[in-house]
Amino acid sequence: MTAKVITVTSGKGGVGKTTTVANIAVALALGGKKVVCIDGDIGLRNLDVVMGLENRIVYDIVDIVEGRCRTRQAMIRDKRLPELFLIPAAQTRDKNAVSPSDMVRLCDELRPEMDWILIDSPAGIERGFRNSIAAADKILIVTNPEMSAVRDADRVIGLLEAEEKNSPSLIINRLNPNLVKRGDMLSVDDVYDLLRIEVIGIVPEDENVIVASNKGAPLSMEAKARAGQAFRNIARRLNGEEVPFLDLDSHSLWDRIGKFGWRK
Amino acid sequence: MNFLERFFGNKSAKSAKERLQLVLIHDRTDLNPLVLEALKDDLIAAISKHIDIDPASVRIEVEHEGRSQRLIADIPLRVTSRRRMG
Repeated sequence: MTAKVITVTSGKGGVGKTTTVANIAVALALGGKKVVCIDGDIGLRNLDVVMGLENRIVYDIVDIVEGRCRTRQAMIRDKRLPELFLIPAAQTRDKNAVSPSDMVRLCDELRPEMDWILIDSPAGIERGFRNSIAAADKILIVTNPEMSAVRDADRVIGLLEAEEKNSPSLIINRLNPNLVKRGDMLSVDDVYDLLRIEVIGIVPEDENVIVASNKGAPLSMEAKARAGQAFRNIARRLNGEEVPFLDLDSHSLWDRIGKFGWRK
Repeated sequence: MNFLERFFGNKSAKSAKERLQLVLIHDRTDLNPLVLEALKDDLIAAISKHIDIDPASVRIEVEHEGRSQRLIADIPLRVTSRRRMG
């Protein structure tokens, strides 16, 4: 096995990077792959709670880098999915405790044992971001159909172009189809027109995402939720499958009845 | 949204896209309107040394193709110069 390293980044904070990492990781692991997630946000770790593994942390990434534990010891195994692991960020240290070459070394050590290594980058374009992209084979940029998120995504894309990294792919998260229809939210086409990089995922706004993170069970574990389905589709596309985008216009049966039955 | 806005299609997404298009050009190239104006004045001065042009009709714009941008200068020539020749 030689794992592929995927880094999820965004520029702007709060667009759904951590949720994206957790969901894609779960979806890949559900498909029988060996997956390890690395939380790159040292000092502000969160991937542990979104994945529901916060109570089992003993060692973290800084312990690995500084030689206080073996890499294996810091990898928390998800009991629901035995092939899914998390390497948590340190909470009481700052981002300078890890360097880009530390990340490259860690990923090289993990590569032979894994299928996928997913790195959750912190927001911003500083050290933590540099660490997170250092080992990446592929970079996914998460954005929302909203001014500041698109602008910051463009800035990150520009930085990656300057570093001559492979062209990143885009995930448009929290799309609200009703707002788009009303003309009050940038559409997928608008965002593509502005950023001009390949779109690998379109995830509808879904309140189940909040419920899932309350429970510490990423949404892609559930068969029904639309956002979960969108994340599972991204995982399939990463595996090289051609999967059409969800039809976000046709809602539930009730929405359709509402549209035709009680038109105002 | 009021009736008129709905009728004339004055939608917020449209203005978001237009505003972003301008913001991204400046973010990507470090070209702000002041730099473009200065560039335009220099161009007009340089070209006017050789050809007769109307400074008011000169346009300078940044166009994009994919993620790359190019500077487009539109400099109409005065019709009078041709008449003089004929």
